[in-house]
Amino acid sequence: MLQFLIRRLIGAVVIMFLIGAFTFFLFYTIPQDFAQLACGKNCTPENIAVIRENLGLDKPITAQFWEFMGGIVSGRDFPQGHCSAPCLGLSFSSGEFVWDSIIDRFPLTLSLTAGGLVIFLVIGLGSGLIAAWKRGTMVDKLVSGASMVLSSFQIYFLGPIVLGIFVYSSGWMDNPKYVPITENPVGWAVGLLIPWAVMATIFTAQYTRMARSTMIEQLSEEHVRTARAKGMRQRYVFFRYAWRGSLIPIVTIIGMDLSALLSGAVVTEFTFDLPGLGRLAVQSSLTKDLPLTMGVMLFGAFFILILNIIVDLAYALIDPRVRLS
Amino acid sequence: MTSPTKAEGSGPSVALDPELASTTEVDKPKKLEGRSPGQLMWQRFKRDRTGVVSACVVIFFFLIAALAPVISKLYGKDPYTLYAQEPDFPFLLDDFAMPTGSFGGMSGDFWFGVEPKLGRDVFTMLLYGMRTSLYMAVIVTTFSVVTGVIIGMVGGYFGGKVDYWLGRVTDFFLAFPSQLFFIAFMPVVTALFVSPTDETPTYIRAVAIILVLWFLGWMGLARLVRSSVLSLREREFVEAAKVSGASPWRIVRKEILPNIVTPILVQSTYILPSTILTIAFLSFVGVGFVEPTPDWGRMFAIGAEVYEQDPMFMFFPGVALVIFVLSFNLLGDSVRDAFDPKTGR
Repeated sequence: MLQFLIRRLIGAVVIMFLIGAFTFFLFYTIPQDFAQLACGKNCTPENIAVIRENLGLDKPITAQFWEFMGGIVSGRDFPQGHCSAPCLGLSFSSGEFVWDSIIDRFPLTLSLTAGGLVIFLVIGLGSGLIAAWKRGTMVDKLVSGASMVLSSFQIYFLGPIVLGIFVYSSGWMDNPKYVPITENPVGWAVGLLIPWAVMATIFTAQYTRMARSTMIEQLSEEHVRTARAKGMRQRYVFFRYAWRGSLIPIVTIIGMDLSALLSGAVVTEFTFDLPGLGRLAVQSSLTKDLPLTMGVMLFGAFFILILNIIVDLAYALIDPRVRLS
Repeated sequence: MTSPTKAEGSGPSVALDPELASTTEVDKPKKLEGRSPGQLMWQRFKRDRTGVVSACVVIFFFLIAALAPVISKLYGKDPYTLYAQEPDFPFLLDDFAMPTGSFGGMSGDFWFGVEPKLGRDVFTMLLYGMRTSLYMAVIVTTFSVVTGVIIGMVGGYFGGKVDYWLGRVTDFFLAFPSQLFFIAFMPVVTALFVSPTDETPTYIRAVAIILVLWFLGWMGLARLVRSSVLSLREREFVEAAKVSGASPWRIVRKEILPNIVTPILVQSTYILPSTILTIAFLSFVGVGFVEPTPDWGRMFAIGAEVYEQDPMFMFFPGVALVIFVLSFNLLGDSVRDAFDPKTGR
């Protein structure tokens, strides 16, 4: 188990390095002067020269690349001050350290992702189970139909509708806003309730359909039939046999959806005008702020890789075969 | 080997008149005849009412997208003119630049209402926006599917080192946070073609979107094709072909490809709507198409901005998108069921 974890971590580091290299060199294929961009509207050739030196743009690309990578591991010194260990460089446009801007925005994205994940897993898997349990009845048809329609909705379409109902016309709730959980946990939950609900609705619908179909598939498996033939109680067969079997494909799909989850959070940020990582990415990309874009990309990749490793560990919990080997 | 490819190719067009197809079947009920897998699939599909209806809806969407110029000519408007400034329509927008009429300014002249602020016609905006999105999505899907099939085939058929490295490359691209990547690289790819100081022409934006989406669009299919090819490679008929001296190209084309057409087709029906949604997402966050190119996704950005005052603006684009995605998903499920009746739903 430990060996497996170490191997996965090494793999993650390699992938992070490759994504970093890929992004870095692709950006440098643009025929464009970054110093000019960082300098802004009215700037003199001397200013550009100073900026170029400050940002290290006067060195060859490979040297810049290794300096950047070195900065992540051990930190770097800039004329603006020391940038400590996971140093992702200095933003061209704002002049702040990239790591600080990301850490500033990340809690919101993390809150959206985590809250949404919990809600849609509980409701989605739960209603999928109910639909499979009551297969063929009105309940099943209702749940399946509703989830089919809702899964075709979009966050940017559903979001304004929900806002219109609960905020604009009735005034039952305030516009969504982000309050750090450390400051005010209740305000945090209340402020993010609508974004969570909207984001979770779309994912819930997909997971309901998936949980239902995997459960039905599992219920037609031979070991389930044997258990039934032995005269086991229906509930026992359902939860101990079929449910455990269908957890494995479900966890696999969660693992594949992690990237979609992050993008769901990004769309949600835009729909509800919340300042998170996605907004930072768009802003940096439109101003062609290379270090900031690189930073957000690497951070996003890192986040997904970590979640993937957690999903892999979940396999070991669910499936004893993984634990034993 | 009978190839199901032929029957699939003719699939959607025959879907338009199921009666004709069924009468020929009724005419000779007693006669025993061999049916190809494609014919069997077609018969199962015809019986699936949801599938036929959603196929019709999908075809309808593609038709109105393709015929957008004709429709807008008949309707007499275009998505670019600011009708609020035209002398023919003096009271289109009120003092707050919101549509005067009820329901977002819906009227006989403006079927789906008027855009707040600029006063453009929503109906033609949506029509042309759908046209942009559908064309782009078809191109991206085709490219991604072809790339995925080639990479998966090569990996699965040749195996060994080639397979190992192709697999690693696939894994690497799968690890990218795709949406962040799209956002980050749209300007970069655009800048490859056009100097940042110049105005970016629309077609360059289109090319950039296609390239970026294509780049991260093929991995899922490559994996699927690889695993199918891997198991097919060991089958007797492939070995027989090998023994009889067929070239690898012939084996791939004649023996393997016809057998994996089903999963490829089903997967494509899932890729296409998700591509449309990604393109819409890019325009929604502001890195895709910009004004004045009509675009489905940007209508949501405009709609979100004015939602508090004019909620009707977003209604038609939103409902159209939901119906489109829903019928495409239903179609995908029906096609899968028709090909493989074992998967009970």
